[in-house]
Amino acid sequence: MARSVTTRRKAINTVIAWGIGLLIFFPILWTILTSFKTEATAIADPPVFLFFDWTLENYSVVQERSDYMRFLWNSVIIAGGSTLLGIIIAVPAAWSMAFVPSRRTKDILLWMLSTKMLPAVGVLYPIYLIFIELGLLDTRIGLTIVLMLINLPIIVWMLYTYFREIPGEILEAARMDGATLREEILYVLTPMAVPGIASTILLNFILAWNEAFWTLNLTAAKAAPLTAFIASYSSPEGLFYAKLSAASTMAIAPILILGWFSQKQLVRGLTFGAVK
Amino acid sequence: MHLRTALCAASALALVAGTAAAQTTVTIATVNNGDMIRMQGLTDDFTAQNPDIELEWVTLEENVLRQRVTQDIATKGGQFDVLTIGMYETPIWAAQDWLVPLDDLGADYDADDILPAMRAGLSYNDTLYAAPFYGESSMVMYRTDLMEAAGLEMPDAPTWEFIGEAARAMTDKDNEIYGICLRGKAGWGENMAFITTVANSFGARWFDENWTPQLDSPEWNEAVNFYYNLMQDAGPPGASTNGFNENLALFQQGKCGMWIDATVAASFVTNPSDSTVADKVGFALAPDTGKGKRANWLWAWALAVPAGSDATDAAKKFIAWATSKEYLALVAENEGWANVPPGSRTSLYENPEYAQVPFAQMTLDSINAADPNNPTVDPVPYVGIQYVAIPEWAGIGTLAGQEFSAMLAGQQTPDEALEKAQALVTDEMEAAGY
Repeated sequence: MARSVTTRRKAINTVIAWGIGLLIFFPILWTILTSFKTEATAIADPPVFLFFDWTLENYSVVQERSDYMRFLWNSVIIAGGSTLLGIIIAVPAAWSMAFVPSRRTKDILLWMLSTKMLPAVGVLYPIYLIFIELGLLDTRIGLTIVLMLINLPIIVWMLYTYFREIPGEILEAARMDGATLREEILYVLTPMAVPGIASTILLNFILAWNEAFWTLNLTAAKAAPLTAFIASYSSPEGLFYAKLSAASTMAIAPILILGWFSQKQLVRGLTFGAVK
Repeated sequence: MHLRTALCAASALALVAGTAAAQTTVTIATVNNGDMIRMQGLTDDFTAQNPDIELEWVTLEENVLRQRVTQDIATKGGQFDVLTIGMYETPIWAAQDWLVPLDDLGADYDADDILPAMRAGLSYNDTLYAAPFYGESSMVMYRTDLMEAAGLEMPDAPTWEFIGEAARAMTDKDNEIYGICLRGKAGWGENMAFITTVANSFGARWFDENWTPQLDSPEWNEAVNFYYNLMQDAGPPGASTNGFNENLALFQQGKCGMWIDATVAASFVTNPSDSTVADKVGFALAPDTGKGKRANWLWAWALAVPAGSDATDAAKKFIAWATSKEYLALVAENEGWANVPPGSRTSLYENPEYAQVPFAQMTLDSINAADPNNPTVDPVPYVGIQYVAIPEWAGIGTLAGQEFSAMLAGQQTPDEALEKAQALVTDEMEAAGY
């Protein structure tokens, strides 16, 4: 009896979970479907779901009109570079806060997070002017630095949470065996925190990949990543939904595939502290 | 041997570097519309004539483009060498010395051939600051079959009274046919562009000669009530969120009896590959009330050079090419006369081949009927038909637009919308020091 209730509950939970999952995924699914429609079908009322004449025309138009690989390469460098740079800075910072906390550690953590509470547009002009002065406008290095800075609080916070789960005694033992600080972080802490670091890297890579405010405002022709590629398909006069959907699908495809293959690490990383 | 190889390699590198150094890069900020995309496809013609100039394109969404370009000019960022801007920005930015004068585009450029209305709208102190790439007015596009079924005949120059009568006669809500589709989406370039032209034709004006807002005048009341009642009786559902593209979609699906909007839409609604009603579309001038002003606007997408550009000469060369008579001929040769950017040059409309395009004459007549220097029945201190050419307009136009959009959504009456809009505009203008 108890077993049948459990099975039924499991079934209900599964259905609800799938329902919510599909609901969340629906906008992406709709974008992908629209990318295979003609402009006329894309705006059909009532909307057409699956039964339409599928076409690859939008993809060929987008491919012909834009240099997709250039935008993709910029996205990879900017998202990858900002994440790696962030990790290099955040690992020692999170180590010191997790294992050598001071009276002010909690305040510092909160202060770091508070930088995320300011709307990005509030600092747009100062950063724009600094970029002009330093010649960083429309450069990949400039955008890498900005995205690293805006994601750094999240990286530090995530790593801090993971590091707190690692017993300090192990590090102490390493120290007693004569390990230097560098060796302690590189050869003892890092291997133990690999799952946490991996999920932090993944999440921040996705955040940097999808970042649209700074990438649209600080780039022009040279360093524009895939967010600018998508934005270029919106039109003030003329139908554009199908082509915009094709551009969006091409832009999210790499990150969707990456997310699909690494979903275990992502879920584990995101729920690490929550389930404790 | 090694030394010789190294010397050869160094010479080759120097040669390549030298060639690269001679290249001037022109970065062009533009929007994604058919004519601009077509131009990008034809630039081989320009680069073949100017091998020392390299073109780079930055295509942005219209509002993002305005914000990016303003930000870049104001901070002297120097990101762009050619800007795609409209008639609203040109005189304002020229007055700020943000744009380079375009009075020297070459001996064979023939600036006198630019349509007078376009030239006036893109000049400041009689100097051209942006060259028109394409221009538009607004006009009535209507379904000839529905008009016939309603037993009516559209005159070339209809009145609002006729439009109201025809819209109500064509409406068949059970079959999702709506007599008229008009803009309702909030924004200074969206619903306020249209509502302002309606107000002009009813004898209303945004400001009197002393810059006092006039939205509490009887003319504004009559215009807004007419628009509201017409949309209630004969407009599509959800019209408060419809802009150009939404109405285009509705018209192409055969759901609108009439649509009053940009003349550039004529090529879209008559294109059989996208429009289900391509062979049943007629055109007429925008309506009036007999007071001397029609409800048609004037707009141009134009190319300008920002004052901070370090490639001014190359940028001017490009603009001269893209807005020349030769470019129009190049498009005609490659894509056909129907795809030539309209509304920029007089000579285009004198061309007998272009005269065969079904909407050519009505587009020209609509453009000629628009006078941005005298947009209203009563005198006004501003320039601009569907906008007021002052920096504050984008803000006040959008604020008022939100009130009229809320009115169309049924959240308030026309009187309430006008009252709120008048208060908002008065506050903004006082704060701006008028």
